[in-house]
Amino acid sequence: MTLDLEMAEIAKVFFQESREGLDVMESGLLTLGAGADAESINTIFRAAHSIKGGSATFGFAEVAGFTHGVETLLDEMRNGVRPVTAEAIQILLQSCDCLREMIAATEAELPLDQGRIASLNSDIAHILGERPQAAPAPVAPAAAPPAAPPDATAEAGGTPSSGAQGWLITFEPVADLLRLRNEPTRMFTELARLGAVVARADTSRVPLLDALDPESCYLSWNLEVSGPISRAKIEEIFDWVESQWRAEPMSVEKSSAVAQPHLGPAPEARPVSAERGPAPAAPTAQKAADSGSIRVATEKLDNIINLVGELLITQSMLCGFADGIDPNELDRLRQGLSQLARNTRELQESVMQIRMLPISFAFNRFPRIVHDLSRKLNKKVELKLTGENTELDKTVLEKISDPLVHLVRNALDHGLETPDRRSASGKHETGSIELGAFHEGGNIIIEVRDDGAGLNKAKILQKARERGLVAPDQDLTDEQIDNLIFMPGFSTADQVSDVSGRGVGMDVVRRNINDLGGHVQISSKEGQGSTIRIRLPLTLAILDGQLVRVGKEIYIISLLAIVETIQVSKDRLNTLVGRTEVFRLRDEYLPVVRLCDQFGVEPDSRRAEDGLLVVIEADGKRAGVLVDDLLAQQQVVIKSLESNFKPVVAIAGATILGDGTVALIIDVPDLIRSVRKLGSGAVTAHAA
Amino acid sequence: MGKKILTVDDSASMRRMVLFTLGSAGYEVVQTCDGVEALEWAQKSAVDLVLTDVHMPRMDGITLVRELRALTHYKFVPMLILTTESSVEKKMDGKRAGATGWLVKPFNPPQLLATVARVI
Repeated sequence: MTLDLEMAEIAKVFFQESREGLDVMESGLLTLGAGADAESINTIFRAAHSIKGGSATFGFAEVAGFTHGVETLLDEMRNGVRPVTAEAIQILLQSCDCLREMIAATEAELPLDQGRIASLNSDIAHILGERPQAAPAPVAPAAAPPAAPPDATAEAGGTPSSGAQGWLITFEPVADLLRLRNEPTRMFTELARLGAVVARADTSRVPLLDALDPESCYLSWNLEVSGPISRAKIEEIFDWVESQWRAEPMSVEKSSAVAQPHLGPAPEARPVSAERGPAPAAPTAQKAADSGSIRVATEKLDNIINLVGELLITQSMLCGFADGIDPNELDRLRQGLSQLARNTRELQESVMQIRMLPISFAFNRFPRIVHDLSRKLNKKVELKLTGENTELDKTVLEKISDPLVHLVRNALDHGLETPDRRSASGKHETGSIELGAFHEGGNIIIEVRDDGAGLNKAKILQKARERGLVAPDQDLTDEQIDNLIFMPGFSTADQVSDVSGRGVGMDVVRRNINDLGGHVQISSKEGQGSTIRIRLPLTLAILDGQLVRVGKEIYIISLLAIVETIQVSKDRLNTLVGRTEVFRLRDEYLPVVRLCDQFGVEPDSRRAEDGLLVVIEADGKRAGVLVDDLLAQQQVVIKSLESNFKPVVAIAGATILGDGTVALIIDVPDLIRSVRKLGSGAVTAHAA
Repeated sequence: MGKKILTVDDSASMRRMVLFTLGSAGYEVVQTCDGVEALEWAQKSAVDLVLTDVHMPRMDGITLVRELRALTHYKFVPMLILTTESSVEKKMDGKRAGATGWLVKPFNPPQLLATVARVI
């Protein structure tokens, strides 16, 4: 790979890393507040420092220039020179936002928002007590030649004054010279490249052999190098041993006034604080960002997962063979196969594990969102996060993030009361929003809990009746009323606020969650708050399936979606107008899908009582699926039909069974939607 | 050729650039992410050069240099610090801890190679 191509690749890594760094800065800043400890500020500083260094190295001078101001402010804060004020934190947070946009624009090669950059620059300069004009100059990109040391004066940077023929260098190194591997011979060789060198060693300080430490340097040198050489060239060679050498121009008339000995760069007058030693390895606010992770392309992982799926298939195929083999060999084969089965399962589990990420990746956004929103709404709120290390599949994680934001916004906007109202009703002024995650029986549960006003059940019911979502005389439990808010087109907000109610309703939240194979419900107590509970599968790639048979075809239904399976008695099966069949199960009428008709296959028998009715549920709606027989239950690897073939109604994907046949996986929500659409009017009428 | 270099940097992009630059020049590069990891590795292995960033979590570059110098098999190993601080203060801190020299960021691949060539 050429340098340019590789640098472009590395720049991509830099962009990603910068975004992570900004996340670290942001979450650090949000917890900074009062009593900030040194390591917390240090962590924020380091992130800014890395962004500055990287952007300068990869030639993004404007990003580097802007970060420089941020870094300076943070540096002063961590050194205790600058107090940590709310105002400064606010500006730093805005700077994070601005940087995030700058990085996105730089990556997309779009113009930067100069106005915003300049305004933040001047805010930062204001805090730093500088005039806005003194905004930090962009750091020189790496492509530029190394600048002369800032402390080298203009005179020192030039060539020896007219008439000069070279330099006389006095080099009196410290005893540690050799131990630090500053090889004098190497410096002399480099010097000799600039011009002819005459070196004289001063051996006067070499002790007697007894007292001599072979690792120490006792020599010093006088070096004459001739030629029109600039001082900067010599500084380059001797920069690592600064303060151990001095150079004076060598001229024809050495008595000239120009020959004023010129000391090398003097150490800065500022006292060096020795107390700023190593950063303690404090566990403060060390989040998932530095969990020693390795970045792997999702595509590669999916490939591995796919291969492991194939392995599973091979293994179950071999298991099938075993039944028809010489009985003497059978035991050993079985043994081997059961081992293969175990290994494969373990491999699969560990590979699946790679896709798992802690939910903190989604939760980390919330301190900032809640911080900004509570300011905007003038509400006081404390956000509690629990179970941040609970892991779930990357895809699920990415897709759950937006619905969660919506729910938290709602909780803050509609759930929590203003401080006045809270005090009036005897609550603490500061409300609480709790975001928690935990495992429960092979699922992930995420809860959004607030201690606000709770849902107004009367209002919800009234609205639902107005919209015809509930029959006027229909009795509903409290829980059923609460969950009406997930119905399409339902919004109780009296006025659409800037914060929530942007046309994205709770129904969209529910649909997104359902699409992930999850489930959401809400429960609330008036005056005490609401809890929204989301149940999600651990992964989307594997499914616990029930194999069902229709004629010669095998289909798979997710076990999670199956409520029960029953034998059909003919008298409870009715055909309604419009050819929809319904089945009376206890007090409920279920629309019935005959899989044979849905997919056009020949069943064993068309008589319903010869088959079985599988009752499935999704989105709180049920339906019955008529099949010929129930077969085994097994975990199946989902292969996308959409990417390998094309999307098919009511089919979520396909899998390959142990005997090599392909079985289709039923998309339960889609199937229920399609059958409910067909006969919805009739079914409601009948049920009512 | 085949000289072995231990690099220490918490930034993945910097690590990759250093790896590419030095790797292309024929050096064998060992990469670590912070001082603690580098020190752990160094306790069991030897190298021809150490190249470390300064600001890193867990253990910074200056401390790392000091700790490495205390190891017998690192007593004479050249050590360079990579830093954006061009201030004399940081350089002197590094020097006192036992660094051979430094390379000021931002630098480009040729600058890195030239600096490395000065010590090995």
